[in-house]
Order: sequence, then C-alpha cells, then structure tokens
Amino acid sequence: MTSATQADWHDGIFEVLQRGDIRHVAYVPDAGHKRLIERCEADNRMRTIVLSTEEEGVAVAAGAWLGGQRAALLMQSSGVGNCINMLSLIATCRFPLLTLVTMRGEWGEFNPWQTHMGGATQGVLELSGVRVFRADAPEDVAPTVDAALRLAFDSSMGTAVLLGQRLIGRKSFVEE
Amino acid sequence: MTAANLLERRAVVAALVSDRRDLLVVSGLGSTTYDLAAAGDHPLNFYLWGAMGGAVAMALGIAMAQPARPVLCVTGDGEMLMGLGSLATIGVMRPANLSIAVIDNECYAETGMQKTATAHGVDLSGVAAACGLAVEPVADMDAVMRFARLLHSGDGPRFATVKVTAVEPPKVLPARDGAYLRTRFREALLGTAP
Repeated sequence: MTSATQADWHDGIFEVLQRGDIRHVAYVPDAGHKRLIERCEADNRMRTIVLSTEEEGVAVAAGAWLGGQRAALLMQSSGVGNCINMLSLIATCRFPLLTLVTMRGEWGEFNPWQTHMGGATQGVLELSGVRVFRADAPEDVAPTVDAALRLAFDSSMGTAVLLGQRLIGRKSFVEE
Repeated sequence: MTAANLLERRAVVAALVSDRRDLLVVSGLGSTTYDLAAAGDHPLNFYLWGAMGGAVAMALGIAMAQPARPVLCVTGDGEMLMGLGSLATIGVMRPANLSIAVIDNECYAETGMQKTATAHGVDLSGVAAACGLAVEPVADMDAVMRFARLLHSGDGPRFATVKVTAVEPPKVLPARDGAYLRTRFREALLGTAP
C-alpha cells in the first residue's frame, strides 16, 4: 500500500466526520487512527478528548448528544472489550453512537495477546446491540463511515465501523 | 470523620439542587438516583440506573456540548471508584461549567452495605485534586450550600466529597425508561426531540 493511499482513506474519514457535524472526537489512541486524530486536533470546530479507557467515550458521546452535539469514538479492537457494560447506555436509552475501530489480531498479527479481542470484536459489538460495518479496502472506508454515521444519528442507534488490519497494515515489531 | 458529623444524604442532594436555575444534572446509579428523584423530578435530570462508572463521563459530555450551562454530576463513592479514570480525562479537558459531588457513605448500599475503598481510607478528593480539579471541603450543611452556589460560578471543574451516614432512606424511584429520559431531557434543553 502506498503512503498516498494511506493518507487518502484517513482523510476520507475526517471529511465524513466534518460533513456529519461531529464536534467531539473521543479516543484511546491506536497507530491506525494516528493521522485521523491529528486532522481532528487541527480542526477548530472539533474537540479531541483523550480517554483513560474506551468505555468513558461511550458515556461522553451519549452526554454530548444529550447536550445537542455529535461525537465520534475512536479505538482499537482491544478497547471494544472495555466497553461492554457501558454499551447498555446506548441500547437502553437509544442514544446514537458512532465508533470507528481499528482491528488488530487478525491480518498477519505478530502479537498473540491481540488475537483474543481481535477475534471477538464483531461478536461483542453485535451482542451489545451495535450495528457493525467493515471496511478492508481503502476505497470502501469513507462511504462505509458515512453510512454508519447517518444510521447512528438518523436512526438513533449504535454503529461501528471495523477498519480491517489488512487496510491499516500489519504492525511490525522487528526489523524485516 | 466521626459519625457525629456525617451528613444526611437526602438533605445534601436536596440542598445541591434547591436553587438549580439552569442546572443540568446527572445522577449515578443507586442511591444518588433515588436522592435526586426525592429532591423533586425535573426534565433536566438524567438518572442513571446502570452503566456503572459512567456518570462523570456522561456529565463531561453534556458539559462540553453545553458550555454556557452549569452541569452537576451527583454520584456515589462506589460509582465514582468505577470511573476513576474519568477524573483524569476531566483534568485534561477542564470543563469550567462541570461540578462533581460524591455522596460518600463508604459502602455499596445497593448490594448489602459492603465497604468500598473509601471506608479503608482511599481519598476521592485527593484523587480529584491530583487530577487538577478544584476540590471544595464539604463537612457541614453550610458548606453544602456554598458548593451549591459554586455550581453556577463557571470556574470549575469542581469536586466535593460529602461524607454521609450509611442509613438508606426509603427508595424514591424516578422513571427508568432510558429512551424516555433522554427524549425528555433533549426536549427540555433544546426544544427538539428525539
């Protein structure tokens, strides 16, 4: 994958969030979200919120919407496991939630500790009442995020976009 | 603190919202939700009946979306302990309109009065101070009233731990349909639903 393509799909997400009037971007960082977080930080209309744990972001997003503004939540697949009980807030109160999840533990993963949540992410979200979309090709990312954003805020429900590890690139721990 | 100067939780929460004006309030699951309901139902109360550990983070979201409105999170020591990391997040975001009052009975009243960490000396105000929140000492009802006035001062984020007796007053149960509560809150705040 060329670096230009990498930049394109991250920028594509940013433009969808901007057009979708997302004002608060809460995150626990992931290397796969690095460029998007930087773009959001540089935008005057968006506030970025670095969280101690991903579940906080579910509650922050619900609170922001109660207050009349839209938020998005960025995390890595391992973080989905931290959100399980807090997702009761979304399902029970029919709050909108848009979360973008960068996947680990799947495409050629080096670190076996990542495979636990990597394999369970989609199931955990679906069992928690969140509608799951997935993008593995750069050209699918922006339209998928756009669809998930509209579904979340127009139909008032939890949606997640899983950004496949194949898209992000395998994390390298050793010189190859 | 000796038992002699522990406050009564219902009186504390009633005092905090006695002159609420444009205050937005989130209560944590368990006793503080009953306390807030007992003080008088209001569409701009958001009662949590679950999502333990999320009350402060939810109040942060509201405070960021509504910077001109004072926001109060009233929650218990057990609920606060589960969301301790959110104090660090608030220390970073520093919403000036947000206040947190922890009604600390040093036990999990909902599940049989098991001791929480605060019964063993863990100091929630100390944690909040270390995260950069303005901590108000609140040991009597005059101080509660002072904190209630500070909710409107707009120079937070503020934090208080209020030590209360472990006596559980009769439950006062507000609505628990979350979709109703959120629609009611949005309608009262924004004039639009859903």
